[in-house]
Amino acid sequence: MVSLASLRPTLRRVPQPAAEAAASQAFQPVPQPAPQAVRGVGSRIDIRDVSHAFETPGGLLPVLDHVNLTVEPGEFVALLGPSGCGKSTLLRLVAGLEPARSGDITQDGAPITRPDPSRIVVFQDPTLFPWRRVRDNVALGPQARGLLAQQGERVDEALRLVGLSEFARSYPHQLSGGMAQRVALARALVNDPELLVLDEPLGKLDSLTRLQMQSELINLWQRKGFSALLVTHDVEEALFLAQRVVVFSDRPARIKAEFVVDRPYPRHRGDPYLADLRHQALHHLGLDATW
Amino acid sequence: MSQALNVLPLPAADLDDAPREPTAPEASAPVQAAATEPASDRFWRTGFLAAAAWAIEGLLVRFWPNQVAGFTDWAFTDEFGLANVAVGGVILALALSYGGLARLPQLREGLRLSGRWLVALPVLLLVWQVLTAKLTLLPGPFFAPPQSLVEVFAEDWSRLGLSVAHSARLLLNGLLLGALVGFITGVAIGWSREVNYWVHPVLRFLGPVPSSALLPIAFFLAPSSYAAAVFLVALATFFPVAVLTWSGVASVNKSYYDVARTLGASNWFLVWRVAIPAALPQVFVGLFMGLGASFTVLVTAEMMGVKAGLGWYLQWAQGWAAYSNMFAALLVMAVLCSGLITLLFTLRDRVLSWQKGTVKW
Repeated sequence: MVSLASLRPTLRRVPQPAAEAAASQAFQPVPQPAPQAVRGVGSRIDIRDVSHAFETPGGLLPVLDHVNLTVEPGEFVALLGPSGCGKSTLLRLVAGLEPARSGDITQDGAPITRPDPSRIVVFQDPTLFPWRRVRDNVALGPQARGLLAQQGERVDEALRLVGLSEFARSYPHQLSGGMAQRVALARALVNDPELLVLDEPLGKLDSLTRLQMQSELINLWQRKGFSALLVTHDVEEALFLAQRVVVFSDRPARIKAEFVVDRPYPRHRGDPYLADLRHQALHHLGLDATW
Repeated sequence: MSQALNVLPLPAADLDDAPREPTAPEASAPVQAAATEPASDRFWRTGFLAAAAWAIEGLLVRFWPNQVAGFTDWAFTDEFGLANVAVGGVILALALSYGGLARLPQLREGLRLSGRWLVALPVLLLVWQVLTAKLTLLPGPFFAPPQSLVEVFAEDWSRLGLSVAHSARLLLNGLLLGALVGFITGVAIGWSREVNYWVHPVLRFLGPVPSSALLPIAFFLAPSSYAAAVFLVALATFFPVAVLTWSGVASVNKSYYDVARTLGASNWFLVWRVAIPAALPQVFVGLFMGLGASFTVLVTAEMMGVKAGLGWYLQWAQGWAAYSNMFAALLVMAVLCSGLITLLFTLRDRVLSWQKGTVKW
């Protein structure tokens, strides 16, 4: 896979892969991520003083504790934290799948009360519908909104974007884990989301596929310009992908630390700056003894 | 292989070729393997055995005289014997032209798979024949030889055919009604909490009651015995279909709904495009169980009150001590029921072709 990461956002939607490759060589890495050209496509998300708890047989189990967080339009934010701390719950609230017990979550100023195709979630499991062929899975969003007749071409374009055009007629059980997750990405992107909510989307992939998909994710984000909110428990992944990394405490989750990853894309895994940030992040997670 | 294809449709050339095979031993091992492969496919060995078995059985039927036990001889004995010899002849022809059938791989595969049964069948027929007509080891009118079924089909086909038509009409009406209502009920209980609250206890309490236990009351209440029987067949189908559809809908992975909802799906879409397709494997299990239950109720209802159909025919034949007719009707019933089950499975394999492992065409 040719790295397209240095593609300028002004060039988004270049149709030919060859042209993309040429473009990625012709242009220098963009110094600032999320540049102006794509602003306005992504949503601004404000999470204000949000607390949440689950009802369990043993009483109320608090999972989120006064969380405040803003995602700027077109920004890529990663949430890091110990597993089971409540990060994924926060994503469900942002997606509108559940209402928060207290606090406000708004999208461009409007309160989030229910799921909406402008905020698409990609889960850890691809959750493709096994009875639908790959193309029909990608077409799910337009079909659900009755727009399939007009948007049929966009479905094919989304499949092309993730490099799976040849598998349009396959069934999900015929795909590998990485391919299935790519289909899930295409299914999200075909709706042109303003916010992509990523709940450990690469968590179940093997490590090589995972590294490759990280680069692809960055490419897609740069081309499409959506805001992205990623939950991960992989520190390196968070630093490689995001412009800002938010570290959560144990349950109930509070924001413990936040750092800006001031590095242009494409990033390099061996970058000493990232290594230093990784050390700091591990420190906040109480794991720096292993450094 | 292509050479074999060209040569084998002509049996004469085929026979000419055969002796030449051993004259080329110098050929290297892989070439030899490739050359001998069609040779082993040239004839259908089990086929010869089957042909012989049918022929011997047929000849025995024809020439071994029946024991006449106090009434006229079994009709159709000679015809039955000769027909079996003819079956042997057809199998022999297939066995000889097996190599030429390479263009019909499905037929060849079918023959290969059914080979041993084709040997066993005449053996079983012969045992039956000897025990009844030839030695009368099984007592006379109760156990009839195979040719007596031929007699029934030849002489009573109109009554039997009419019975089949009546049964089929009753069964299909009841089945479609029961499956449809059961499916809708199952989806409703699985989807809506309110429906679940009201319908689930009723289903749980009344569902397990065997439909045939309701026969007397149904005949008493319904406007006609036919309507009563349709109702009971429908009831028998309804219960398993409803329960399994319900369990299918209730056990749909919740994240399918999450995905669909974030993509903008309406409730209608969630039911129609998520819940129902995801539940279909279970629905087919329900249909299979419902089909089995409906056969039982159908025959019981026809024996009890409906004055037509295969169940009635069985009852009628028994009343006249026409035991051959009974066996003939049972045979027809076996063919019909297993045919319906096969049909259901074929439909299932088509509808669920997306399932891993069931992709067949």
